[in-house]
Amino acid sequence: MNVAGWLQIVVFIAALTAVTPIVGRYLMQVFEGERVLLTPVLGPVERGAYRLLGTSPDREQDWKGYARTVLVFSGLFLAALYLLIRLQGSLPLNPEGLTAPPWDLSFNTAVSFLTNTNWQFYAGETTMSYFTQMAGLAVQNFVSAAVGIAVAVAVIRGFARREATRVGNFWVDAIRCTLYVLLPLCLVGALFLVSQGVIQTLGAYVDVTTLTGGTQTLARGPVASQEFIKELGTNGGGFFNVNAAMPFENSSGLTNFVLMLAILIIPAALTNTFGRMVGSQRQGWAVYTAMAVWFIAAVALVYIAESDSTPAMHAAGLHGANMEGKDVRFGIGSSSLFAAVTTVASCGAVNAAMESFSGLGGAVPMANMMTGEVIFGGVGSGLYGMLLFVLLAVFLAGLMVGRTPEYLGKKIGPREIRLVVIGTLFVPLVVLVFTALAIGTKWGAPSIYDSGPQGFSETLYAYTSQANNNGSAFAGYTGFVQPNGDNVGAFGITFANLLGAAAMLFGRFVPMLAALAVAGALAGKRVSPPGPGTMRTDTPTFVVLLVGAVALVALLTFVPALLLGPVVQGLTNQLF
Amino acid sequence: MRKDLIASAVAVLLFTVVCGLIYPLAVTGIAQVTMPGKANGSQIERDGKVVGSELIGQDFQGRRRYFQSRPSASDDSADATFFNNLGPNQRDLATQQHQAAVAYARRERIALADVPVDAATTSASGVDPHISPENAEIQARRVARVRGLSLDRVNDLIDEHTDGRGLGFMGEPGVNVLTLNLALDEETR
Repeated sequence: MNVAGWLQIVVFIAALTAVTPIVGRYLMQVFEGERVLLTPVLGPVERGAYRLLGTSPDREQDWKGYARTVLVFSGLFLAALYLLIRLQGSLPLNPEGLTAPPWDLSFNTAVSFLTNTNWQFYAGETTMSYFTQMAGLAVQNFVSAAVGIAVAVAVIRGFARREATRVGNFWVDAIRCTLYVLLPLCLVGALFLVSQGVIQTLGAYVDVTTLTGGTQTLARGPVASQEFIKELGTNGGGFFNVNAAMPFENSSGLTNFVLMLAILIIPAALTNTFGRMVGSQRQGWAVYTAMAVWFIAAVALVYIAESDSTPAMHAAGLHGANMEGKDVRFGIGSSSLFAAVTTVASCGAVNAAMESFSGLGGAVPMANMMTGEVIFGGVGSGLYGMLLFVLLAVFLAGLMVGRTPEYLGKKIGPREIRLVVIGTLFVPLVVLVFTALAIGTKWGAPSIYDSGPQGFSETLYAYTSQANNNGSAFAGYTGFVQPNGDNVGAFGITFANLLGAAAMLFGRFVPMLAALAVAGALAGKRVSPPGPGTMRTDTPTFVVLLVGAVALVALLTFVPALLLGPVVQGLTNQLF
Repeated sequence: MRKDLIASAVAVLLFTVVCGLIYPLAVTGIAQVTMPGKANGSQIERDGKVVGSELIGQDFQGRRRYFQSRPSASDDSADATFFNNLGPNQRDLATQQHQAAVAYARRERIALADVPVDAATTSASGVDPHISPENAEIQARRVARVRGLSLDRVNDLIDEHTDGRGLGFMGEPGVNVLTLNLALDEETR
């Protein structure tokens, strides 16, 4: 640990808090269709897109219509992406002549990018052509982000509107998000990255003769344009196998800081957008504070844990911080902060090898994901996931004081609570059942790389990460069955590919549909004025209650599993 | 449903063209025109030949006249990158780290306990272009000896090739091994 490391954490949180209301306001303006700076340029494009899609902002949908459009659009895009990956051998921009990955890997990958997970059972530079990365995978980085944000905005409308049935028009929300938010920020961000050394080229890989006379091949590609949306959209799928550890993706401490900010900015800002749209920014800040409290604790724990030696280092006779699987330019501070950022958000980009983190240092990222990715979480999905927890907290408080629970003046009924329970508990169930399947059957065994409790941790991490749409990994999991067939880096454990794909689909769409249904139910309610017995939801007490609800419901479910893996390792010096 | 399907089909094309072609090609075009060196991988030329990239570490093992890069799980591969992926309690990891530390201590003639951690642990990227300043300072004695340079001159070169923290607090300082070794070659040419 050092002063610079702590200072970076403080500055990061300060910067995030400072931009939250600015971006939050901009998002509100965009989704309310107000005039913004870019309107003169982009307005005609926006209207052109509506014409092509045969829709217009005044044609709003109820929650079922909204959900149906999301599902149809996602299903169609899944098929298109799968085909594109499978056909990459016949498509252009493939200077290395890469052939199609196997069907099961292609399916896992297509689902992975569609669901904003970006779990990668493949290595980018050895498996995917420039065209696949750019016109297939990176497109989903935009689209899955836009879908998540659009749904979040629809859910916010459900909370904000009174005695209404409609929650917005999906196409309008998705197009406004892409056009006014994602694309402009990415254009600027990608060019900034290039200015710092991140590559952006369609040229082939370059063979060089090194100083010692050896050869080294520099894999290249259109990296910067993909890198920025990968963070901004909390996607996380690296162009290269080692993700944002690769200097061509993330070249310095400065780019690292900017990328971390890009990951959290939209999830953080949406809390403010929520506050503004429901008519009280304080409500948004309460949600933000609950997220920030958890995040700060997570960062501090990882940083402290990684600053110590691991049992392996002790045995090797090394003294100092755990630099295994970390690059020098990031060191312990920037690697720990990145690990916390990428797992509280459902991003999953990594700049260090998560698997080589210490016991506690690896347990915290897992715990972050196990909350259901509601501590900032994925773009959009983090907010609507957290709002389900808000309702749960209100409900628990209502039980304690014996009053009908209400939030923002709306009474929370049995139907809403049933939906909340589905939305918050279904994914933990998927994680536990799928992990048990992978651990308890012979099909899961070939995926495990490390021996002892670490092998269990790998498996638990894999299904936690996929079901919560994070995408980071203890990358030994199925990582070393390569090369396979024609594709170095692709491999064929069909069981893991299919189970993982199922986890990602459940994890994406079950909470999303639950949240939309809740929003539909809430939109129709009338608002009663606050009385003397109304529990306030914009106070520190409520923040504590909310953090407690997340810890209670999400985390306690996983304590036994965490104990078996990373906690055991954190408590012993034994080697396995 | 039918209406959703038609709109979705159009949207699939629209998003693919705008986000998958226009956007990345625009970034590529602007980058290639305004910052071609960086956009193409910060390649370094010597005597008209590309010898590497400023950002990508190389393997210097067995060459005592050069500063040594960090251990790499992928043998410094820049076209098939991967992590070491051994957990904190793995015996194999302890063995690897111990062997790396012993080799380093012998080469630099220091005690095992004084080996800097970055010299005995694999990097994340496998092509970490940097070593820590402490690591460089230890290696400087050997390099100066082998090359017949003064230690002060080598230390000056280390300083010149040290990349500091971003804005003074982002990340950690590191010494770029490849550019430092190139400078040394230049010095003793």
